[in-house]
Amino acid sequence: MRALALARWVRAWRVPVRGHSGHGAHRPPPQQKVSVEVLDHLEHLALVDFRDSEGVERLQKAIEFADQLHEVNTDGVEPMDSVLEDRCLYLREDEVTEGNCTKELLQNAREKVEEYFVAPPGNIPLPKLEERDTFLQGS
Amino acid sequence: MAAMAARACGGAWRRGWQRGRGVPGPALGPFPRGQRAVACNARGGAVPAGKSGLAPWVPVVGLEIHAQISSNSKLFSGSQVQFAAPPNSLVSFFDASLPGTLPVLNRRCVEAAVMTGLALKCSINKKSLFDRKHYFYADLPAGYQITQQRVPIAVNGSLSYSLCIDSKMSQMVTKTVRIKQIQLEQDSGKSLHDDTRSQTLVDLNRAGVGLMEVVMEPDMCCGEEAAAAVRELQLILQTLGSSQAVMADYEIQRQIEELENGGTILNETRAFDSKLGCTVPMRDKEGKQDYRFMPEPNLPPLILYDAKSLPANMNHQQVINIDWIHERLPDLPSVKREKLVEQYGILPEHSFALLNEDGLAEFYENVVKQTRMKPKRVIGWVLNNLLSYLKQHSLTVKESPVSSFLLADLLNLLEKKEISSTAAKQVLVELWKGEGKTPLEIVKEQKLQLLQDQKELEQICQAVIDRQENEVMAIKAGNLKVLNKLIGLVQRETQGRSNPVLVKQLLEKKLEVATREKPHK
Repeated sequence: MRALALARWVRAWRVPVRGHSGHGAHRPPPQQKVSVEVLDHLEHLALVDFRDSEGVERLQKAIEFADQLHEVNTDGVEPMDSVLEDRCLYLREDEVTEGNCTKELLQNAREKVEEYFVAPPGNIPLPKLEERDTFLQGS
Repeated sequence: MAAMAARACGGAWRRGWQRGRGVPGPALGPFPRGQRAVACNARGGAVPAGKSGLAPWVPVVGLEIHAQISSNSKLFSGSQVQFAAPPNSLVSFFDASLPGTLPVLNRRCVEAAVMTGLALKCSINKKSLFDRKHYFYADLPAGYQITQQRVPIAVNGSLSYSLCIDSKMSQMVTKTVRIKQIQLEQDSGKSLHDDTRSQTLVDLNRAGVGLMEVVMEPDMCCGEEAAAAVRELQLILQTLGSSQAVMADYEIQRQIEELENGGTILNETRAFDSKLGCTVPMRDKEGKQDYRFMPEPNLPPLILYDAKSLPANMNHQQVINIDWIHERLPDLPSVKREKLVEQYGILPEHSFALLNEDGLAEFYENVVKQTRMKPKRVIGWVLNNLLSYLKQHSLTVKESPVSSFLLADLLNLLEKKEISSTAAKQVLVELWKGEGKTPLEIVKEQKLQLLQDQKELEQICQAVIDRQENEVMAIKAGNLKVLNKLIGLVQRETQGRSNPVLVKQLLEKKLEVATREKPHK
């Protein structure tokens, strides 16, 4: 699911190689590779680590898999954004039914201080591409 | 319903610049001084046109306000909403983002958002959608916030507010700011930064609490306008009960100061980069931050109904009827103010002052009900005497040692002319002590009753006239202001127990002098 979500985001982000969907049912030509800039941006945003060429290849394959959607003719069809669109959104009554389980929640915390979760100080931004040890540097 | 977080109504200030309106496009040559477009009294002022001859830059302020919804439980889970509880005690498995948990929408939060949208004259979207907004932070365990980015619950409204254009608070002008949208979203947890141990402590009690984000268009020109708009929004939210809208005053003040110091406030959170030795932008909303919005896959669209579209055979509890909510909206502050002005004949500024203080309007109305004194006269006592005392001692109306009943009692004595205005103030001072004495008891104790014996008063007046030869001469010569001195002397003689109006009349009669009738206070 995660790879698909990333793939979806990447497809939206990069400039399409050719025209948009809905014009026919033929296999799309092989796509250009995802650029290093995009990969670096992704590593920053999603804190994934592509680690090696196999990781990048996996992303590439996921994109190609999603590109199959181009085969479908969607002329005049409203885009669907949720398979739940025909379902009723259940509304819950405003009652307190949960909570009060501090001990259970903290059970799995590696570090805690007086019932607080402990996290590193603030967000430590990923160093720039040139400054970090990643295989993307060589690309 | 006790969510009283100081952060309950936090704002993000967006300050930008746009070309001044009302000045015709690029002009030839420099602008003469008088024609520079200045939108308002912003201390930053307008930047001069410069060589380009284009219209000068005018500052604009847009606001995004997050108001915590007043509800028993959270937006998508059943854990309690409460201020100041032991850390991580109001957290459900969903709030902690444990795997296998799902969001379930709280009906009350939707109603609160609809109410607020209607009060701000928005169009309510009968179908709105939920999205995920992704970013990493310790107090956001899921790594995303559920919000409404594509289609929010309400759009295109407006908020009217008033502000004083002079320092005397006597001239008010009404302005309007457009409301772009209102969306439902989750609040994040709270981070406590422990710099000594280089760690952050996370409390998720607030994580998942429902928020209404009210987005205003950049229609305001300066900090003063923004503050007035926020104040009015605060009053509206409190009246609706959709949010307690408690915002620490210092936060408003701090942000106004920052704006007026000419800075452009980037809404950003900064982190310390130990290698670079300085702070770096972390969550820069204007820049490269990419939230990778995607539809929330676990929530179908939110459908709202009105009288016409009401489905026939659906469980009532599952249906939200916009019209039903509209019919039950309470009187908004602007309506309440109009009613006060109309009913009691007070000035608009008075109505603002009454509504600005919690419980003061009811207090005033209660006093009016229990006294024969005219409402126009009562307002002075409530706003000048009572309110100033409360402010001096940092008391709320509820904590006032002087109840509306006591004040009405006092004002009745004044109305019946049993005591003078000065005496009434003295009684009030005594009443503040809250010793349980009635006004009448205090009057008797301190012998403040007005002299009712006309003859005695006449005698005293005559005595004063006889003593003050110089003043009498001056008055007879035409300097009528000196009469006030004689009145003062009579007052002193009677220990403040004479009716100054009556004294004046007596003195004038004796001196055979007529003065213009001054309006009685």
